Amino acid sequence: MTPVTTAAPRAATKAPARRVYAASVLLLSVWVLGPIYLLFVNTLSSPEAVNSFPKSFIPQFDLGSLAFFAKFDGMLAALGNSVIVAAMTMVMSIAIGAPAGYALSRFEFRGKELFRLLILLTRAFPLPLLALPLAVLFIRTGLDDTTFGLALVHTTLAIPFAVLITFSLFSGIPIELEEAAWTLGCTRLTAFTKVVLPLILPGITASAIFAFVISWNEVFAAAVLTIENRTLTAFLLQKLGDAPIHLKFAGGFILVTPALIFIFAVRKYLFAMWGIANR
Amino acid sequence: MTRFTKLAGAVSGLAIMLGATWAQAEVLFWSTQARPVEEAQAMRDNVLKGFEGGVDYQPNEDGPWLTRLQAELEAGSGSIGVLGGLHGSFSAMNPDDLVDLDDLGVVSSSETYNTLAKLGTDHLQYVPWMQASYIMAANKQALQYLPAGADINALSYDQLIEWTANVEAATGEKKFGFPAGEKGLKHRFFQGYLYPSYTNGVVRTFASDEAVVAWEKFRELWSHTNPASTNFANMQEQLLNGDAWIVFDHTSRLAQAFNERPDDFVAFPAPAGPKGRGFMPVLVGMAIPRTAPDLDAAKALVSYMLKPETQIATLKATNFFPVVNVELPADVPPAVKAAGDAVAIMSASPDANPGLLPAGLGDKGGDFSRVYVDTFERIILAGQDIRSVLDDQKAVLAKIMQDSGAPCWAPDAPSEGACPVE
Amino acid sequence: MSPRYLPYILILPVTLFLCAFFLYPFLLVARQAFLSDGGYSLQNFRETMGYWKFSISLQNTMLLALAVVPVQVSLALLMATMVSRMKKGRDLVLYIWTIPLGISDLAAGIIWFAIFEQSGFLNSMLTGLGVIDKPAVLLGYQNPLLVFIAIALAEIWRATAIMLVILVAGIGLIPKEYYEAAEVFGASPWQRFLRITLPLLRPSLQTALILRVVLAFEVFAVVVALGGTLFPVMMGQIYSYQFDLQNAGGAAALALVVLAISIAFTLVILRALRVPKGATI
Repeated sequence: MTPVTTAAPRAATKAPARRVYAASVLLLSVWVLGPIYLLFVNTLSSPEAVNSFPKSFIPQFDLGSLAFFAKFDGMLAALGNSVIVAAMTMVMSIAIGAPAGYALSRFEFRGKELFRLLILLTRAFPLPLLALPLAVLFIRTGLDDTTFGLALVHTTLAIPFAVLITFSLFSGIPIELEEAAWTLGCTRLTAFTKVVLPLILPGITASAIFAFVISWNEVFAAAVLTIENRTLTAFLLQKLGDAPIHLKFAGGFILVTPALIFIFAVRKYLFAMWGIANR
Repeated sequence: MTRFTKLAGAVSGLAIMLGATWAQAEVLFWSTQARPVEEAQAMRDNVLKGFEGGVDYQPNEDGPWLTRLQAELEAGSGSIGVLGGLHGSFSAMNPDDLVDLDDLGVVSSSETYNTLAKLGTDHLQYVPWMQASYIMAANKQALQYLPAGADINALSYDQLIEWTANVEAATGEKKFGFPAGEKGLKHRFFQGYLYPSYTNGVVRTFASDEAVVAWEKFRELWSHTNPASTNFANMQEQLLNGDAWIVFDHTSRLAQAFNERPDDFVAFPAPAGPKGRGFMPVLVGMAIPRTAPDLDAAKALVSYMLKPETQIATLKATNFFPVVNVELPADVPPAVKAAGDAVAIMSASPDANPGLLPAGLGDKGGDFSRVYVDTFERIILAGQDIRSVLDDQKAVLAKIMQDSGAPCWAPDAPSEGACPVE
Repeated sequence: MSPRYLPYILILPVTLFLCAFFLYPFLLVARQAFLSDGGYSLQNFRETMGYWKFSISLQNTMLLALAVVPVQVSLALLMATMVSRMKKGRDLVLYIWTIPLGISDLAAGIIWFAIFEQSGFLNSMLTGLGVIDKPAVLLGYQNPLLVFIAIALAEIWRATAIMLVILVAGIGLIPKEYYEAAEVFGASPWQRFLRITLPLLRPSLQTALILRVVLAFEVFAVVVALGGTLFPVMMGQIYSYQFDLQNAGGAAALALVVLAISIAFTLVILRALRVPKGATI
């Protein structure tokens, strides 16, 4: 189907199309990377350069702004907390969300619409308003100021993504596939683990990425619900609003980098099962 | 993926165990001030290190600050030891939620501040901690365009307008900067500077004919103001990058410019109008919520913060001025020197017309400020007719005063009962 | 285990979880919306919806969603199809295109403000190229259109990746045989997209669209960073009631209004992109 595999005579007519294709890939990549690059430039510039005009598009590799954060107390502990909370959020949101996604796609049951609405409501109401009753609940139950408690809140935010993404993926897998497995002697469970699960792993990865990123970037609940166990985002971002502009960029850079590394680490799972789906 | 999941599971198990370890007995100082990363770090390193028992200084934006506090009060137990916040934040609270601090024996050296800190009760609800004000600052390049005969330390609003017009004529750019952004402190300019200078009042004179003149003048000034001002919140940024040459802002929001390039900028008093040179203080206080886990430690910390040497360390760390009588050392940061001088000249000027902070508004403080911001947005940004906007907003203001029952404060003439809008 | 109960067992964990950590606080907050002066009334709704900025904020929020979401859908579809047809470098390109996913709205606001501010990168480039001779004020109150475009661009940049990832995972499930068969019958790439990809992608497209629209109504940090006070949106009004005015009832009332709008749009999308139950193929 790709131009590469087509016969030689047709390749000639396809060459311009391929060039357009390559150019658009490049263009879109520049569109995405451009602003990140500018963040990078400002992070690695001296305060004077950040305030100068016209601005240079080439970084000076001045590490002053980053060095400021290096001597900041508690950065490492906060980084650790962020990772722990994000990891717990990932595991919990998928473990709890995926079964519901499967149920939504495979069964007709009473209350299904209501259930879907409940899931969506979660994302359509601003968390800062919910933070007050949640904080009261947490203080009373001892969940306050624990990474686990914060992960519970972040899981609430990530669940709609987990449920809806897995729902759409299960819906994309023909039920005949499962039925065929049943006739071949699989139980409902083994048919699921042997046939369906491998197919939807990329999608699970997608919702894992969401869960991680949602947790990583969430500020408000983190600032309210953790004191000793601050996450990096609450630790830094809360204060960046008033920070001098060069520190704003450096702080932003520090927050963005771990998230990018995470996405980079799991990206291949998005495509890992490609071959099976296309068998 | 499975390996990954297992790992994440193990990590989360570990985390639950870690989360259960109990925190040490440091006093949690929960503050809305000294938020910028550098100031927060200086607070920890240079101000609070000397307190026995240790302090966990955590500055936050108003939203999380308030939410956490409300949650602890509602739950009836908490971890916050000492609150740091603006006078306005405390006056919006129920005084019963704050521990009376009379027995501490420490107060500011200003009787006015100590009265404000009682929040209308008979007892000290918070202890004044530090103070600041709003001033003007300019890039030295702008000085050559000062109108003939104008003294930068005794400017009038008319001269300021002329000056900004001269700059625009010479450079082709609007170089007056005004903190009209989402987080800018624009409402304080109207309440403490523009209104007192033109009407000798804030509430009573809200819709007076003098107020119409004030807004006309401000509209004139706005015509020479950088149109991007609606994005500005900390004018030090625009001073430093040159987007604005002449600015008005909170002293601590100008500090970075003076500290980074002390030779490039000058600080000077706010301008004067027909009714004098209106200006207003910023008062920051410390309070102890009734849910504080260790009341004695919290009280000890409040006392510690009012010691002369702590006050000077705080000044250096945050650019906020002491509230007790102390001899200022010679080695203060350039921003403190510049701002201190400007405030001193402003207070000592013959036409000084100092205003007080709004008091008695209770939880209507936000609504009160919104009246002035809305008036600004409608008159200046939306270009609506001044008289009709003022008449319109007057009703809103009158209702706020009625509901809160707040009596007038200076420079408004005193009132019996709620301050009337005339 | 009876299949009749199976779906309920499967949704039980989520339901319990959301009841504890969402529904319980939500009901407490929602109750406040109807409380004022000690009694139940619609006073909070009247007050907040009668405020002069309400209609402007609502209009701005809607306009922004209307401008941003369709572009994001088309862009994400385009990117997803392109990336799925790629042979070499697929991993890398997909990674690059999903990068904005890792960037919080606060950070995105900082980045895009650095581009559009007066002494920012865009003005630097324009003066460098000689297009303008001195930096222009781009985000001023006189050119609301430019402010709107800047916000829309930043939002498109930031939040397209959310849809992209969902669509890429969905496209991966479409069997290759369909495309091969279509090619045998001489279908053009455009026809293949229209007749195969689009219909078979419907479940994923529906999910992506719903999540995106719901989140679009909650836009805030980027708008404040670029628009300052010039472009009030609903979420900004909610925060202002909650924290500046300390009027929790008013904030809750406005949040319920946003919620109702989100539900209405969700129902419309659900209807428009109805997914046939069970087998879609």
